[in-house]
Amino acid sequence: MSKRKIGRRDMLKTTAVVGAGFAAPMVFVPRAYAYTNEPKGATVTLGFNVPQTGAYADEGADELRAYELAAEHINGEGDGGMLNTFSSKALKGNGINGKQVIYVTGDTQTKADAARASAKRMIEKDGAVMITGGSSSSTAIAVQGLCQEAGVIFMAGLTHSNDTTGKDKRANGFRHFFNTEMSGAALGPVLKNAFGSDRVAYHLTADYTWGWSQEGSIKKYTEQLGWQTYETVRTPLGAGDFSQYITPVLTSGADVLVLNHYGRDMVNSLTQAVQFGLRDKQVNGKDFAIVVPLYSRLMAQGAGENVKGIFGSTNWHWSLQDEGSKAFVRSFGQKYGFPPSQAAHTCYCQAILYADACERAGTFRPSVVGPALEGFKFDGLGNGPTEYRASDHQCFKDVLVVKGKEAPTSKFDVLEVVEVTPRAQVEYPAEMLGGELGPYNDGTA
Amino acid sequence: MRTLTLSRNDLILLAGYTLVVLGGPIIMAPLGAGYPDLLQKFVIFGIFAVGFNILFGLTGYLSFGHAAFLGIGSYTAVWSFKLLTMNPLPAIVLATLLGGLFAAVIGYICLRRTGIYFSILTLAFAQMSYNLAYSVLTPITNGETGLQLVQSDPRILDAAAGRDYGAVLPSSDLFGIPMNGYPGFYFCGVVSIVCFYLAIRIFRSPFGLMLRAIKSNQNRLNYTGLNTQPYALAAFVVSGMYAGLAGGLLAVVDPLAGAERMQWTASGEVVLMTILGGAGTLLGPVIGAGVIKYFENIFSAFNEGILMAAFDFLPEPIQHLMVNVTSLFVGEGWHLTLGALFMVIVIFLPGGLMEGFNRLSALVAGIVRGRRDGASARGA
Amino acid sequence: MDAILLQILNGLDKGGAYALIALGLTITFGTLGVVNFAHGALFMLGAFCAVSVKALLSLEQVTEDATQLTAWGTPLEVRVPYVESWFGDFGTVLLDYSVPVSILVAIPVMLLIGVVMERGLIRFFYKRPHADQILVTFGLAIVLQEIVKGAFGANPIPQPAPDVAKGMIDFGVAVGMDAGNVVYPMWRLVYFLFSVAVIAGVFAFLQFTTFGMVVRAGMADRETVGLLGIDVDRRFTIVFGIAAMVAGLAGLMYTPILSPDYHMGMDFLVLSFVVVVVGGMGSLPGAVAAGFLLGILQSFASMNEVKSILPGIDQIIIYLIAVIILLVRPRGLMGRKGVMEH
Repeated sequence: MSKRKIGRRDMLKTTAVVGAGFAAPMVFVPRAYAYTNEPKGATVTLGFNVPQTGAYADEGADELRAYELAAEHINGEGDGGMLNTFSSKALKGNGINGKQVIYVTGDTQTKADAARASAKRMIEKDGAVMITGGSSSSTAIAVQGLCQEAGVIFMAGLTHSNDTTGKDKRANGFRHFFNTEMSGAALGPVLKNAFGSDRVAYHLTADYTWGWSQEGSIKKYTEQLGWQTYETVRTPLGAGDFSQYITPVLTSGADVLVLNHYGRDMVNSLTQAVQFGLRDKQVNGKDFAIVVPLYSRLMAQGAGENVKGIFGSTNWHWSLQDEGSKAFVRSFGQKYGFPPSQAAHTCYCQAILYADACERAGTFRPSVVGPALEGFKFDGLGNGPTEYRASDHQCFKDVLVVKGKEAPTSKFDVLEVVEVTPRAQVEYPAEMLGGELGPYNDGTA
Repeated sequence: MRTLTLSRNDLILLAGYTLVVLGGPIIMAPLGAGYPDLLQKFVIFGIFAVGFNILFGLTGYLSFGHAAFLGIGSYTAVWSFKLLTMNPLPAIVLATLLGGLFAAVIGYICLRRTGIYFSILTLAFAQMSYNLAYSVLTPITNGETGLQLVQSDPRILDAAAGRDYGAVLPSSDLFGIPMNGYPGFYFCGVVSIVCFYLAIRIFRSPFGLMLRAIKSNQNRLNYTGLNTQPYALAAFVVSGMYAGLAGGLLAVVDPLAGAERMQWTASGEVVLMTILGGAGTLLGPVIGAGVIKYFENIFSAFNEGILMAAFDFLPEPIQHLMVNVTSLFVGEGWHLTLGALFMVIVIFLPGGLMEGFNRLSALVAGIVRGRRDGASARGA
Repeated sequence: MDAILLQILNGLDKGGAYALIALGLTITFGTLGVVNFAHGALFMLGAFCAVSVKALLSLEQVTEDATQLTAWGTPLEVRVPYVESWFGDFGTVLLDYSVPVSILVAIPVMLLIGVVMERGLIRFFYKRPHADQILVTFGLAIVLQEIVKGAFGANPIPQPAPDVAKGMIDFGVAVGMDAGNVVYPMWRLVYFLFSVAVIAGVFAFLQFTTFGMVVRAGMADRETVGLLGIDVDRRFTIVFGIAAMVAGLAGLMYTPILSPDYHMGMDFLVLSFVVVVVGGMGSLPGAVAAGFLLGILQSFASMNEVKSILPGIDQIIIYLIAVIILLVRPRGLMGRKGVMEH
């Protein structure tokens, strides 16, 4: 058998030629789009990118339910939900701009890489013109950056870090959910009323950007009220057992424990802090207090009765009695048999707000839809009068301060609303958080 | 010239690989995988797995920390974009070198032990890298958010060449060809073909033979007075360079680097890719990487609407039944399918997917031969 | 002083957990030689034994009250747990003690799971390469996880300790210090004592029974024991069952400390492997010693005084110690020669 031999040079040459031959039809044929994924047919595709595996899978499932509901309502099916209470009446129940809404879904796995891969599939393969969803700030920021590059609109899901509309904001990205700055501003006065102004706080903080952001905001607002901060301790993400961080609190002389944790970390650290007797402890002649700045009702169920009496803030809660919230809870509850979470609410709102902006703009082109959202004032979506601020694409609305309920009537009834902090109190100048929106990107044609 | 030649079979292998990679957009389209991002992932993780296989498949050293080098490659590439230029060439060269450098240091320490002790040492180093990148090293890694480009990055080489990206966020480009989408895929594809070629060379070289000898009986080699450690270390460094290169390419097509790329699950993923495809085979790891990435990206995307449409031809009650049954395995259930697939393959195909292909081709060859024999018998 | 005493308690409690988690793994992995990536899943299944028992005990009689409506307009459901309506006060007590009570269920269930797993799957893999063992057990772990996720959802499910064990114990008083300075949660001490008891039980079983002797002989030299006409395989099946049971009990008793969810096993998987290997392959005492050592060192590394000198040390301490020990002692603390060194 004779061996055929080729040199490296020949090999490369062949490769290059073959490569060019294949590449040509794909790359150099211009696509006939005025902007990325311009919908040409009778439908428009939206991308719902939520965690389906990992720690936030239940929250992601709830987000997906809300999106399905929103798509139904936009297409004129079902009872219309919050479209009936929404102050803008542009949507006619025939889809968006006369095109029926269809959607594709993907799994973010709550990992930046997986979230981007999933969003890319939606954009490159499925032709999605907008991406929305997510249950953590790292995925929100990662996908927001991607949407900016690709030239589609990103409507953030649950993301609470200041950076999403601060340091890492992008023109194509919009956030309805609140942030740590607003949590701090809303919680401060309530904590003062409940616990007085002479307190010493001990922070346990999840050691990543969201945790730091939360810690900074709470520290800033409580210190303004006269509290002292004894110590801020960073804990590894997903530590599981926090006992080695909780024991020093016992002997520190601090009388408030602030748990800057979310999700499973929050469930575990709160459960364990209560186990160590912190909720019933007396320090400096005062009742020891625990604060969880960001509550998630879904997750709070995992901490069971340990949440009783613990203060925190939340974006929305299903027990609110305004017309919008009631309409949404009714619509969601009848379809799925249980009330929606705050994640579901913010995602539903984002889908409706995007659809409405496209309808008012008369197009899906990001550089036209975006300005239609900028400075947009609306009401009837469950949070009272709300404005999408133009300078950072952040929604400003009332913030809910909540407390773990002492006598829950059902497993969904874990939180009670203590105070609705008016929007004016939580507003801050956009420059404060830095970052640069930059210009809109419609994508390369 | 001898060292640059390949046997006929290897030539066919390389040509086939080249053809499949370059024709990827067309070949993968019927499977729903013919879009740039997934194709990029196929070839990049293919490189990662091929490199890993040089260590694991040949020497038998099971590293559980190779994701660290992937992450280091990504961070290096993004920093190269930020500080030097948006051209991908310096980025991937630096990523490869730094991946190799870290591999040399970590490998030198870990290779003092063998077997499971070696695996746990590599795991420990990778987990330390991950935990530190996530928290304390945030100034370098930007922590949880991941390292991203910003408009105000210095990019000294670009600045020196007078390139200004204006107000928009730059993306990497090779002398004007943008590195996202299909051009990015072809760039990665060509790199992966080169890597595959080099892997063939390593497999067929005396060095490769020595590595196999380490796997079969290290003690005997040691008794003959041969110090195997430099060989194992060389294999470790080479596979670390492959991982660094793969990490760099990930950043080239998508300039973002996150700490989770270094987590043990990512290290475990490349182990699974290699074993699933067939450890010690040339093509196996690439196939394993493709299968896992395919499941992650395509199976997870099937939702009820898609299933309803797929079973549209059935009468309604059966359609609903089928949708309910299949939805357990796709969409949010894609993990279940992947887990079951791992089990089925390893139970029935001990050598991974490549074993399956070999059996299949042997079967086909058998049938063909049988028919030919039969035909010649009749002719006689 | 108080702080240090508290951290020692903490380390013992944590170490007890690590040792118990590692104990099951070291039986299957360190001695039977199976790289069992499903060990975390067994730990998780044990925890969900507690969840299931509690769910069964709190099965509710649902009646719809049409006069009242929920916020979404459907009739309000009135729920009364069956145990309470059947057994009255005893039912309430049973519900309160659901975690310890579920041990009675978990022991046979986990044994069965272990035996089925060994007979149905693992025994075909004793002679296969480690790579194959990894792939098959990892696949199994994912499948088990997804089944639990399908049945119970992805969110953590709270499992409170019985009321009597919810309080605190004052240690300071016992050593003559002021009251209230060194207090520790009761359940964590229960867990510590439980882990010591289980560890002692497993040791006694392997050390002092004929069965244990044969098993130990089989681990050392399977072929020779087989040639003596002893059915090693059957004994290995039971040993695997015991390992599954130990893993399950470790998870079950941990539920009041960590609300279980379907993913918890994966979080403990890496840790349990590190503990076993640091302890040394094939050594049960090694795994236990390594568990306590790592637990105590982790507690101390988390002290603010330590962190201010070495920022981030608490994040990596376990791995750092693992590296140091494995470099100083080639086979971990007490590893046997030739086990899994290739």
